[in-house]
Amino acid sequence: MRAYSNKKNAQAKPYFTDRFYTVPQIPKEDVSSDEIFAADLELLSSKFEISDSFIQRGQLVMIIKPSDIVAFMKVLKDELEYTFLSEMSASDFLEKDGEFEIFYQMLSLKKRKRLRVKYRITQGDAVDTITDVFKSADWAEREMYDMFGIVANNHPYMKRLIMPDDWSGHPLLKSYPLIGDEAGQWYEIDTIFGKEYREVVGPEIRDTKRVDPKDTKNFARVGHEVGYGEKPSNKPTDFGEFQEEGGVPLITRFTKDNQKTLSRRK
Amino acid sequence: MQQTPNRLSPFYENLVFERDDNMMIVNFGPQHPSAHGQLRLILELDGEQVVKAVPDVGYLHRGMEKMAENMIYNEYLPTTDRMDYIAAASNNYGFALAVERLLDIEKEIPRRAEIIRVMLLELNRIISHLFWLATHALDVGAMSVFLFCFREREFAMDLMEDYCGARLTHSAIRIGGVPLDLPSDFIDNLYAFITKFPNDIKDYEGLLTENRIWKMRLEEVGNLTPEDALNWGCSGVTLRGSGVAWDIRKEEPYSIYDELDFEVPVADKNDSYGRYKLYMEEMRQSVKILHQTIPLYKESEPGLMAKVPQYVSATKEEIMTDNFALMQHFVLVTQGMRPPVGEVYAATESPKGELGFYINSQGEPYPHRLKVRAPSFWHTSLLQHMLPGHYLADVVTIIGNLNIVFGEIDR
Amino acid sequence: MEEGSIRMAQHQVRYLQDGGLPVALTTVDKLVQWGRSNSLWPLTYGLACCAIEMMATGASRYDFDRFGTIFRASPRQADVMVVAGTLTKKHAQFLKRLYDQMTEPKWVISMGSCANTGGMFNTYATVQGVDRIIPVDIYLPGCAPRPETLQYALMMLQKKIRRESAFQKLKPKRLV
Repeated sequence: MRAYSNKKNAQAKPYFTDRFYTVPQIPKEDVSSDEIFAADLELLSSKFEISDSFIQRGQLVMIIKPSDIVAFMKVLKDELEYTFLSEMSASDFLEKDGEFEIFYQMLSLKKRKRLRVKYRITQGDAVDTITDVFKSADWAEREMYDMFGIVANNHPYMKRLIMPDDWSGHPLLKSYPLIGDEAGQWYEIDTIFGKEYREVVGPEIRDTKRVDPKDTKNFARVGHEVGYGEKPSNKPTDFGEFQEEGGVPLITRFTKDNQKTLSRRK
Repeated sequence: MQQTPNRLSPFYENLVFERDDNMMIVNFGPQHPSAHGQLRLILELDGEQVVKAVPDVGYLHRGMEKMAENMIYNEYLPTTDRMDYIAAASNNYGFALAVERLLDIEKEIPRRAEIIRVMLLELNRIISHLFWLATHALDVGAMSVFLFCFREREFAMDLMEDYCGARLTHSAIRIGGVPLDLPSDFIDNLYAFITKFPNDIKDYEGLLTENRIWKMRLEEVGNLTPEDALNWGCSGVTLRGSGVAWDIRKEEPYSIYDELDFEVPVADKNDSYGRYKLYMEEMRQSVKILHQTIPLYKESEPGLMAKVPQYVSATKEEIMTDNFALMQHFVLVTQGMRPPVGEVYAATESPKGELGFYINSQGEPYPHRLKVRAPSFWHTSLLQHMLPGHYLADVVTIIGNLNIVFGEIDR
Repeated sequence: MEEGSIRMAQHQVRYLQDGGLPVALTTVDKLVQWGRSNSLWPLTYGLACCAIEMMATGASRYDFDRFGTIFRASPRQADVMVVAGTLTKKHAQFLKRLYDQMTEPKWVISMGSCANTGGMFNTYATVQGVDRIIPVDIYLPGCAPRPETLQYALMMLQKKIRRESAFQKLKPKRLV
C-alpha cells in the first residue's frame, strides 16, 4: 500500500498533539476602549459593511467584503490619514476553511496608530489592485501572486517577482512541499543541462539526517579522519602544513611555530 | 576542464540592444562588482539618461517564510540572522519582539536583558552604517574610505564576537531575553571603542562632506518628495531624508528607548547628500545611546531570561538541578511552545528602516504564517520610480545610497 | 574514472593523499605553477552573507592582497571563482555561464555551507551545493567562515596548484 500523504497540507506536523489541551485565544478587546479607533470605526462603518472589528494587541482589526477594498483604502488614506501601507499579503487557510485570508497592514504617522484590514476569498478568486491608492502595493501584489497564485485585477505588471519566470507551482501554498515538487527539484539541471543529465548528476541529497552506509565506521571520528572508504585508524589526522616541506621560493615561510599571537588587539 | 555540454544558448539572441526609437536596453546583471548582492536592473537608456528601469529580484530567494511554517519558533531564530546579514541582531530582535508580543511576555523581560539588547542593537546599527558608508563610497569612487570603515567595523565586530562568539550571524537575542551575560572586559572595551569612534566619524566626514567630487555626485541625485516616500512605503533614513520625522524608537518606543536621551536627525533636502549626512549623524547618536547604557547596566540586577515556564526555558543552573525545569526544557526543545491563537505585527527600527514581523499563529508549535516586512524590499520597488531621469553614473549612486541588502529583499 | 580527476556532484577530491598524478613535475612545471599560485585573481562572486566575510578578508585587517590576489570583476580576467553565499535556482544558470566564460586554467573555491551543500536552506529554491553545476576544488565549511578560514583555503589551493602539472592535456571540446 502506498504511504498516506496529506495532499492538502504538505508541511511538517508536530508529532505530538495533546488531545485535551485547548489553546487560548489572544484577547479581542472592544473597539470603544480606544477613542481614536472608535472614531475611525464609526466613520468607516457608516460607509462600508464591516462584519467584525476588534482591537488585538493594540491594533485595530477590521474584516470587510472583498469588493470594497479599493474604496476602503481611499477613505483610509484621504480622510483618516492612514497614509502608509506597511505590508500586504495572504495566508493559506485552504485546508481548514477552504479560503485565503488577505490582510493589509496600515500605519498612520500623525495618529501613531496601526490597523489591519482583512478579508477572505476562495481559491480562484481575484482581488482588486490598490496600486492607484498606494504605489507600494505594486510589488506586494506581485509577490502575493507569485507565492499564492492570487491574481490582482488591473495590476500594471502581473508577473512573477521572486521565483523564475518559468517556475511551475506557487510555493507558499500549504500543498506545496518545502523541498519542492519534481519540477522544482530538477529545475536547475533541466534548464542548464537538459533532462538527460538528471542521471549523471543524481538527485539532491535532502535528508538532513543521512549517514553514508559505507562510512559508518568513520562516523564521528573527529581528529582521526581517513580517506573515503578506507579502514579507520587511531592515528591523529595529519592536516599538513600550510606550505610544502621545503618552503616555496621567494615566499615567506608560514609554519605553526613562527606564528605570533597578540595579547591585545591593535 | 573540459567544457560540459549544456543547453544555455548565448544570451544576446534574446535581447534587443537598440530599438526603433534609438533607446538602448542595458542589463545591469545579477552579478556586479558593486557589492550589493544580486540586483538585476533592466535599464532603458536614451543616450546616457535612464528612461525606464525595471528591477528584477529573487536571485537570493531561499524560502525563509516557508521554512518558518515547518520549524518551531526557537529553531527559526538563526534563520532570521541571514535576512539582513549585516546587522543580524536587529533581525533577531524584531522576531523576538513579535513573538513576545504574541505571548504577551513583554513586561516579564528582565531589565538587564533589555539593556544588553539595546547595546547589541546600537552596536549593530553602527556596524550596518559603517558597512553602508564603505560600500557606497567604494561604488562612487572613494576607495580608501572602504578600508577605513572596515577597520572600524572590525573593532565593533570584535565586541560582538566577545559577546556571542560570531562575527556575522549572531543569534544573540532570543525569545524571552538574551542567553548570555556580558563578559568581564566587555564594558571596558566598549568604552574604549565609543570614546575613540567619534574621532573616526570626524575623519570620514573630513574626507567626504566638503569634498567637491562627493558633493557633485550626491547632491540633486535621487530626489524623493515626502508624499512619494510615503506612497512607496519607504521608512528609515530614506523617509527621514525627505523631511518626514518618523522613527519607531521615538514614536512607538519599545524596550528601554523611552528612557534614553537621543535625537533623531531629519533632513530637508530630499536628495542623497541629505541621507548621507543623516547616516553620519545617526552613528553619533548611537554612540550617545551606548554611553548611556553603560551606567544603566552597572546598576541593573542580574537576570537574563523571562520567567515564563510555559513558553521560555529556565536558566542552565535550574535545568541542571531542578527536575521540573528539565522536563519543561525537554518539552520546549523537542515539541516547541504553543502560543495562543491570533496574529500580531511588530515593527522595529532596524538600521535599514521599518522591519516588521507578521505572525499568524493557530496554536501549533509552528507558526501558520510568518511574513517579514523587509524595508529593502520596498526601497527596491522605489527604484522604478526614482531612476528615470538620472544618468547611468547616478544609478550606482542611488542604489548604494538606498542601503539595500538582498538577504532581506528575497528572504 | 582517472586518478586525480574531479567529477561533478560525486566527490572525488582527496586532500589527505598526495595528488596521485602519474606525471613527474619538471622545472618548467614548477616555475609556471609557482607563478600561477602566487597571483591568483579571484572573481567577485559574492552572493549572500559569506560575501561580507570575503570583503572583510580583502579589507584592512585580513589583507587578501598579500597573497597576490586582486579581485577582478570580469570572468575573462579571473583565475579563481570564490562562490560565497547561497546559490538559488534562479541564479544557477548565471553561475554556469560565468564559469564557462572564465579562461583556463581555472579553479573554484566553494565558501560557506550554502555553497557546499545548500546549508541550512533545505528548501525548494536553493541549489543543494554548487558542485551540482560546476566542479569545485576546495570546500570551505562555516556559516559564515571566518576570514582566516578563507585565507587557509587559498593557501591550500596554492599548495594544490603547485602539485599539478602545468600543461594539462586538454580534451577536445565539443560545443553543443
